[in-house]
Amino acid sequence: MKFLVSIFLIALLSFALGLYMPWWSLALAAFVVAALIHQRAGKSFLTGFLALFLLWGILAFIIDQQNQQVLSKKVAQLLSLGEGSIVIILITGLVGGLVAGFAAMSGSYLRTVTR
Amino acid sequence: MRWIPFLVSSLITILLVYALNRPWGKAPAFGKFLSPQHGFWQNAEPADGAFDIEIESPKLKGKTEVYLDDRLVPHIFAENDEDAFFVQGYLHAKFRLWQMDFQTRAAAGRLSEILGPGEKDVLIMFDRNMRRLGMVYAAEIAAEEAKKNPVTNSIIEAYTAGVNHYIDNLKESQLPLEYKLLNYHPEPWSFLKTALFLKYMSFDLAGHEDDFEMTNAKSIFSQADINLLYPIVQDSLDPIIPKGTIFNAAGLQVKIPPQADSLYFNNTDTVSITNLVKPDADNGSNNWAVAGSKTQSGKPILCNDPHLSLNLPSLWFEMQVHTPTYNVYGASFPGAPCVIIGFNDSCAWGFTNGMRDVRDYYQIEFQDESRNAYRFNNEWRNTTWRVDTVKTKGRPDMIDSVAYTLFGPVMFDKSFTENGRTSGNHQYAVRWKGHDPSNEQLMFYGMNKAKNYNDYLEAIQHLHTPGQNCVFASKSGDIAIWTQGEFPGKWYRQGDFVMPGTDSTFMWQGMIPPEETPYQHLNASNNFGRGFVSSANQLPADTTYPYYLGGNYPPYRGLIINRMLRNMSGITPEDMQRLQTENYNVFAEMARPLLLKNIDESALNADEKKYLDIYKNWNLRNDPAEKGITVFANWFDSLEAMVWRDELQQATAPVKWPDEGTLLEQLLRDSLFKFIDDIKTPDTERLSPVVTEAFKRSVPALKEIEAGGKLEWAKFKGTGVRHLLRIPQLSRLNIAAGGGVHIINATKDFHGPSWRMIVHLTDETEAYGIYPGGQSGNPGSKFYDMFVDNWVAGKYYRLWVMKKEEANDQRIIGRMIFTKG
Repeated sequence: MKFLVSIFLIALLSFALGLYMPWWSLALAAFVVAALIHQRAGKSFLTGFLALFLLWGILAFIIDQQNQQVLSKKVAQLLSLGEGSIVIILITGLVGGLVAGFAAMSGSYLRTVTR
Repeated sequence: MRWIPFLVSSLITILLVYALNRPWGKAPAFGKFLSPQHGFWQNAEPADGAFDIEIESPKLKGKTEVYLDDRLVPHIFAENDEDAFFVQGYLHAKFRLWQMDFQTRAAAGRLSEILGPGEKDVLIMFDRNMRRLGMVYAAEIAAEEAKKNPVTNSIIEAYTAGVNHYIDNLKESQLPLEYKLLNYHPEPWSFLKTALFLKYMSFDLAGHEDDFEMTNAKSIFSQADINLLYPIVQDSLDPIIPKGTIFNAAGLQVKIPPQADSLYFNNTDTVSITNLVKPDADNGSNNWAVAGSKTQSGKPILCNDPHLSLNLPSLWFEMQVHTPTYNVYGASFPGAPCVIIGFNDSCAWGFTNGMRDVRDYYQIEFQDESRNAYRFNNEWRNTTWRVDTVKTKGRPDMIDSVAYTLFGPVMFDKSFTENGRTSGNHQYAVRWKGHDPSNEQLMFYGMNKAKNYNDYLEAIQHLHTPGQNCVFASKSGDIAIWTQGEFPGKWYRQGDFVMPGTDSTFMWQGMIPPEETPYQHLNASNNFGRGFVSSANQLPADTTYPYYLGGNYPPYRGLIINRMLRNMSGITPEDMQRLQTENYNVFAEMARPLLLKNIDESALNADEKKYLDIYKNWNLRNDPAEKGITVFANWFDSLEAMVWRDELQQATAPVKWPDEGTLLEQLLRDSLFKFIDDIKTPDTERLSPVVTEAFKRSVPALKEIEAGGKLEWAKFKGTGVRHLLRIPQLSRLNIAAGGGVHIINATKDFHGPSWRMIVHLTDETEAYGIYPGGQSGNPGSKFYDMFVDNWVAGKYYRLWVMKKEEANDQRIIGRMIFTKG
């Protein structure tokens, strides 16, 4: 339960912060949520990772559908990430997920420190 | 110890964020760039997205409504003229902000600021070249002129306010893609930036010269040979203003300097310098207008297609502007107010480039190393200094000081030798017409509002530089062309070579009086004359015009346009579409008898015969799938190399290569043309063996081209519409376009008809147009390159002059409201 709630809260808070703050505000969101809802470090990492992998991946996927792949294909070729848009959507999710994962793990460790 | 995992983990997070928040080499900052809420995904526009917005600004006076149609062309309905310019500025910025910023940076020599030094510092060289030519200096003068005039002042102020309204309200996530790729931000628009943009067009159209290459040629060739190699007039010339037109004696008396022979014509110094940054010599255009006497409807038709670099985002942006005083439609320049080429409810107009040489060099003698004084009329004059800071991404700032003389800026001296290509012992000041005060904005505004021939005449008086052949047609039945511009009156060959700059005798002596401009005006009062006016960058007049017309004038498009127009009657807009996209090669038609007469077929092997057959069976058209043109082009190149190379190789410094037409017409005139001889052999070579050998030498290249599957003309030519940053993924490369140099459809590799327009001046205007691009500058929009395929296919869009009652038309996909607030 904690696991799913954390994923949901990190994604929600990241999205909200992202409307007003730079992209890296997702790290703050993951850190804070992981510190408040404590899980083991590894699990926290997974929580953060999945939250942002899903948030960024799904957002990118929706935008890409509406855009009919006009831009994603060009950017994918520009960054040598293949011809189609799937790879660049997955990489988008991966980048967001990695940052959020480490931030969430840090949040989890903070809890360990202050306990 | 419990702190350690926390610290390690936090550190990894921070390093990760840091690494993803900064660019690495050419790669963008990945975190920022990939974030769906901030990065490039935000530029991926929904394909069926709406464009409805409401804008309020205290700078507006009333209400303006904008309707965007299904090609994303805005139809602006303003309650007053000034608001219309605010809205134009806003729309240009909304759809084309990055290109406006980029092109004005290029004009000001500021590319290395955002792109870095480039390979072998090529961008720094580009920047310094633009700065040392005095582009900013010229734009400052132009801006001052525009400010002095209350009309242009208010137009450009309103336009600037509109651009800045967009920039000021632009969210980081909405920055155009290129800013995100290059990691920088737009700066506020300004009066000066609009002046810089227009000055860039002057550079592109009136900045070409070959003075150094010609000076080097003069060092090895006699005056007689110079006239053979670089003639001003070709035999085939069919000038813009027809032969037989009577010109009055020159009102401006131009005196040849007493020392012209010793100091100029017979001076054999070389300069060993070539300009790195040269506008394309084929920057030209076609325009013509046919009178009602030649059309099916009895109403005039006007056509124009300016030939410029084919870029994405396009140079052009289509729009309609409706105000209480006028209703204009056409192509505008993002970066400047008004419609540039277009039509209104009364008339239509267009331009081709005048091609005259208005950029000359003077050799300066400085008093000493300080460059603070130079010799002029036997005294030392003080220079003034313009100190420029060249900023380069990833490098410390560089100070570039340019000395200004009364000729103009000293472009080349010891501080600017282009990486050691010149010794630095000589200094050259540039005299460029683009530095002189003028207010071309007033012409565009005047044309937007013009109701008749006299309004057109009034408007074009404000065109000084770049000189243009201004075509005009009105619903009242007038057609006209004026070879307009302010040009120096020159003595024969003045300024074709570098001139002495130590006294006043070699300076320009005055400008040709405007009333002596060659023109043609046809209407009922002269029975519509030959029924058409036309220009395609050829000479404005023949040698009976009493001024020297030095410059660079390709004759062949004009020749074929005039021939075809003469033979046409009952003309319809569809006929004009076919003419504008015509691929017939008149140059090849002239060359064919010469080549076939002189080739010795008995000397050819089977392979060679195969290619000759392809050539012989060719229909003289540069259509995309033709192969004969590829054979011809390679053969003629090879012939040029055989004829010219031996003589030109005598030069120790770069020289100008003679025009293709020069070789053809000299050979047509004289089969014993002296340059046929290879001066490196004891024999005297004759034409026939040279033509045959030239063909044989082109065959290995042709075999290679064929093996690569590129014998078809379009594949050999490889036309593309390139993104301004030359990023292939954002460009449209290898498109199957026919045409080429000397062809009415003047599509080269990356250069060609940048806006094709046809206006039939019927009571309800019937107009067609297309450009190889799209209205949106955003590569993430379906409108980005929407027109390219139809442009390649030679198709046109019917231009919709919208009426306000048509606001509910199903073509409307967006509505924008601008109000005072």
